[in-house]
Parts: sequence; C-alpha cells; structure tokens
Amino acid sequence: MARTAKKNPVDMSFSVITAIASFSVIIFIIGILYVLISESSLAIGKFGVIKFLTSTDWDPVKESFGALTNIYGTAVTTVLSLIIAIPVAIGIAIFITEISPNFLKGPIGVAIELLAAIPSIIYGMWGLFTLSPIMSNHVEPFLEKTFGSVPLLGILFQGTPMGIDILTASIILSIMIIPFTASISRDSFNLTPAVVKESAYAIGATKWEVVKNVVLPYSKLGVFGGIVLSLGRALGETMAVAFVLGNNHRITTSLLDAAATITVTLANEFAEADNDIYLSSLFYLALVLFVMSFITLAIAKYFLLRAERKYSR
Amino acid sequence: MKTYLKFALVLALIMPFVQCEAAETLNGAGATFPYPVYSAWAFEYNNITGVKLNYQSIGSGGGIRQVTERTVDFGASDAPLKPEQLQKGKLLQFPAVIGGVVPVVNMPGVKAGELKLDPGALCKIYLGEIKYWDDKKIKDLNPTAKLSHNEITVVHRSDGSGTTAIFTEYLSSVCHDWKSRVGSGTSVKWPAGIGGKGNEGVANYAKRTANSIGYVEFAYAKQNKLEHVQLKNKAGNFVQPSFESFEDAADTGDFDAKKDFHLWLVNAPGKGSWPIAGATFILLAKEKTASNKKVVSFYDWAFKNGDSKAKELVYVPLPKSLKDKIRGYWKANGLQ
Repeated sequence: MARTAKKNPVDMSFSVITAIASFSVIIFIIGILYVLISESSLAIGKFGVIKFLTSTDWDPVKESFGALTNIYGTAVTTVLSLIIAIPVAIGIAIFITEISPNFLKGPIGVAIELLAAIPSIIYGMWGLFTLSPIMSNHVEPFLEKTFGSVPLLGILFQGTPMGIDILTASIILSIMIIPFTASISRDSFNLTPAVVKESAYAIGATKWEVVKNVVLPYSKLGVFGGIVLSLGRALGETMAVAFVLGNNHRITTSLLDAAATITVTLANEFAEADNDIYLSSLFYLALVLFVMSFITLAIAKYFLLRAERKYSR
Repeated sequence: MKTYLKFALVLALIMPFVQCEAAETLNGAGATFPYPVYSAWAFEYNNITGVKLNYQSIGSGGGIRQVTERTVDFGASDAPLKPEQLQKGKLLQFPAVIGGVVPVVNMPGVKAGELKLDPGALCKIYLGEIKYWDDKKIKDLNPTAKLSHNEITVVHRSDGSGTTAIFTEYLSSVCHDWKSRVGSGTSVKWPAGIGGKGNEGVANYAKRTANSIGYVEFAYAKQNKLEHVQLKNKAGNFVQPSFESFEDAADTGDFDAKKDFHLWLVNAPGKGSWPIAGATFILLAKEKTASNKKVVSFYDWAFKNGDSKAKELVYVPLPKSLKDKIRGYWKANGLQ
C-alpha cells in the first residue's frame, strides 16, 4: 500500500496514457461502426437486409443495388488465395527452421519480410502490367486446354483468357499474404523446445518425421493464428486486386472470368458516386465487409481459444 | 531542457512558412480529369499574383459534396449539374475547359484513324449485338478495309468516371436501345465486355488484346498514340478527333447562361464536330461572394492567358464566344 501511495506523477501519467491509448481503439471501432450504419441507413431503408444480401443486381443508373456478387467475389478470391498461400508459406517456414543451412536463414527471412513491406498498389500495378499478360498469354490458355474439357473441373476454366480475372487476383493476393503466414509459422516452429526435437532425432526419427510428429503438432496454434491474420488481410485487401479483377458485377463459375469484391467495388466507384442512394449503398457494402471480417475473426478466435484450453490440460 | 530547446527551434523555423501559407489560398476539390491543367495554371498564377490555388483531385462526386457542404472555395465536376440541383445546393456553375472521349481499336492491319464507325455500329458493339469485326454493318462503313472474322473484345472502364459519363451520355443520345437498356452515368451496368481501371487500364487491355475496342480520354489517346477511329457526327460527316473537331463541337454546342451552362457536349451539330466531347465545370457556393470573386479572377486570368498551356497538355480551350458568355454570367451574379 505504501508503495502505491508514493507513486510518482510520471508513473501515474504513464498508466493513464496507456489506458487512454487502449480505450481509444474501442472508441474508434464503435465510431466506425456508427458512421457505417448511419451513412448506409438510406440504403438499409430502401433495400432491407435480406434483399440487399441476396440480390445480384448492381445498377447505378437505375439505382438498384445488391451485394451478392460482391460477397461472392470476396469469398471466392479469399478462399482461393488461402489455398495457394498456405502450403507455400508453411513450406517456407519448415525450410527456414528445420532444413536450411544457417547461412541461408538470414537472407530468406529478410526476403520474406521485404515481401510484406511492399505497398499493395505496387502489387496492383505489377499484376496489371506483368502478371496479367503472362496469365492471359501462357498460363490460362494452358489451363483451359488441359482442364477445360474435363467434366466438372472444366467449369472452372471456361471463357476467353484475359488475365483480368479471379485466378490472377487470387495469385496476387496469395503472394501478399504468404509473408504473414510464413513469418508467424516460423516463429511458432522456433518455439518447439530443442530438447523434444533432439530426443526425437536421438531415437532415430527422420527430418520429415520430426516435422510431422513433433514440430507441427507443437505449433499448430501459432500456424492457425497466422492463417487467420492472412485471411483478415485477404478479405480487406483493395488496391492489389482493384486493377486485375475488372469490377464485373456478375456471378460466374469460371476462374477465368472477371468479378468484383466488396473492396474492389468501393475503390472503383466511391470517388464518382454521384447520388445519395448510390453512396449509401457503397457504405452499406463496407458495413457488410465489416460484419464479415468480424464474424470470421470471431470464429477463428473461438477455435484458437478452444484449442488453447485443450492444450493446457 | 535540451529537447524543449530543440522543439522551440524547430517551431521557430517552421512558423514563417506557415504564415506564408496562410497568406492567400483558394481551396478547390473535385474532378480528376482537369487536374493537370488546373495545377499548371495555378502554378503560373501563383508566380504572378502570389495567390495560391490548392486543388485536390478527389473525383467529381466528392467535389460536388464538398462544395455543397461549403468546405472548399470551389468544386469541380465533369458532369454538369442540372439547374434544379444547383438551386437546391445554392450553387453557381460555369465550364472551364473542354475534353473528350475517343474510341480506340487494336486490329492487326488497321492503322490509326482508318476505321470508320457510325453511332449505330458503336452502340451495337457496346451492347454486345455486333460480335465480329466482319459484321455487315461495319463492312458497309469500311468497304475497302480488310476485316476478318474475329471476335470483338469490348473494353470499358471498371471505375466510376466522368469519361464513362460522357461516353454513355453520347450512346444514350444516339441510340434508343442503349438509353432504355443501360442509360448513362459515371458507372453503368455494362451489357458486354471487360473492365479496366482508369484510362491506363483500358489502354493496357486494348493494346494487349488483338481485335479489341475501348474508349479513353482524348489527351490520353493522343499522348500514348493509340489507334483512334473516325466517327460519323450529327451532320453526317466522318470526323477525326483533333483540336479542330473539338473546338468545332464547343463552338456549335448550345451553352446557355440561363441554364447555368448545363450541357452535355455530345452529338454537337457542327459540320466538323467531334461527337463525344464534354466540358468540365466549376461549382461555386452562391453566398460566398468574397472567395468567389477570387476564384473568378483566377479563371478570368486563365481564360486570357492559359490557352496555350491547356493545348500543350492536350485540353481544348473554350471558344471566345463561350468565354464572353461566362463573363456575362459572372457579372450577372455580381462576381466581376
């Protein structure tokens, strides 16, 4: 007690400042939610919730708006980019922590961190000017020729390969999220106690067996956390995909067709939205994304917590 | 103590600049299309008069909102506001400079300015009804050109823009089907084609994809030497996009001060008029007379001295008759 009474003013102000900093985050979130809801109230009133979420119509001229095409585009590009990114990222992490000779660890680690530091607009321009021609001239015609006639799988590879499509956007997204997953996985792999690994080696386990039976089970929570972080980034990524997705408000089954995500629609149409209901519908879209991100992160957190509890038992 | 001293020193160094900044600044916001010419004019104007013009190119939609909320001295929009919209927001409006839209094609064996299109053909291509370059309608317009049976790839803007507004306004004015099925606006529900972001996005796809057609700003087409087409105008002549054909359109366009110059400069009746043009507009808050006078004297100066700079940047200056009309409008509203 005596100690707290004697607390000096610097200490006091320090704790107050940190407290204010922390609470400001909560205030910001509530403030953003409030603005999104109040700005979109016009569109909520006109289109309702169910109709807005299930309508595929997006027609600024006739002032009729629905979010389904955008939600679909967001979900498909996010899932596809995770499918591409996760194996690569985990492979990188395993290589750096377990396999690579020491002198290579530094350069690869730095390269990954640099990848994370590139601004997303650069990825967007690179996608438009470099990746997209490669996709349309080489990769996509090959995919179409190889898989286009296979039943079921073929549905994914139809249409004229233009290089502005779901596949190109997902590849760019996956390159963007690999650093997150990789560096978090690496850090959690490093947390595996050396004693446990060495014991495994001592009883004659191979590298593959050590990774599979010791390192991965030990660090799966951390890896999962990294994936969730990447998921959040992929959901909200804007400029990297704004140039290569075409902002096409249609639901398509082919990966070689243009599409629109929520963020792409916002980036493309916000500046020139010239009437109230249009602007309000764009805010409504942002609100939908906010709720989507919140729900995915909440589900992920729930699983992480459950797994943590199971682990500590 | 040392840090305080440093802080004071830095403040002392910055203060004079801050003071300078506050001297006389006009704040404007809006359309991205005229940004290069406004900032070039502002630079020269600042050198001569010391008045600083700060123009933020945030998009026409943003410009209209900001001037309606009175947070800037003037707004700028690529689309003219209707007189009743101006009334509602208590705004004044006048055109500042003219630009236009040019359809560009990429066809092996067809050079810039060779392909001829009429409004009907252009409209049907963008509706997705004409699917191949050797369609009879196109062949009839170009009896000598080598047109083969290749599918047309239609490229349009994926982002909302004044360029799209002018282009779709043109298609709506010449083509009934377009008007009833698609309409006009900064972004529309495209019946066909793929979307590129910005002029550079459209140009990139058009350049890369053989047998494609797209539309870009005149300045962009000219600077990047894209292959433009000839268009049949209202008078029935095929015209090339050039300073002359745009000036002709501006000359014959019926800008009316009584309607606050509300006019889409599409399908102008002149013999040599390029049919897809548009003025970009300045919006002023009616009651802010003091700052309006300063904005007006800037544009008055630009009208007198800025034509060559505008042309250098591939904008079409307003014709003299229109400038006089605008000066009359300023006088009538007590701004000059």
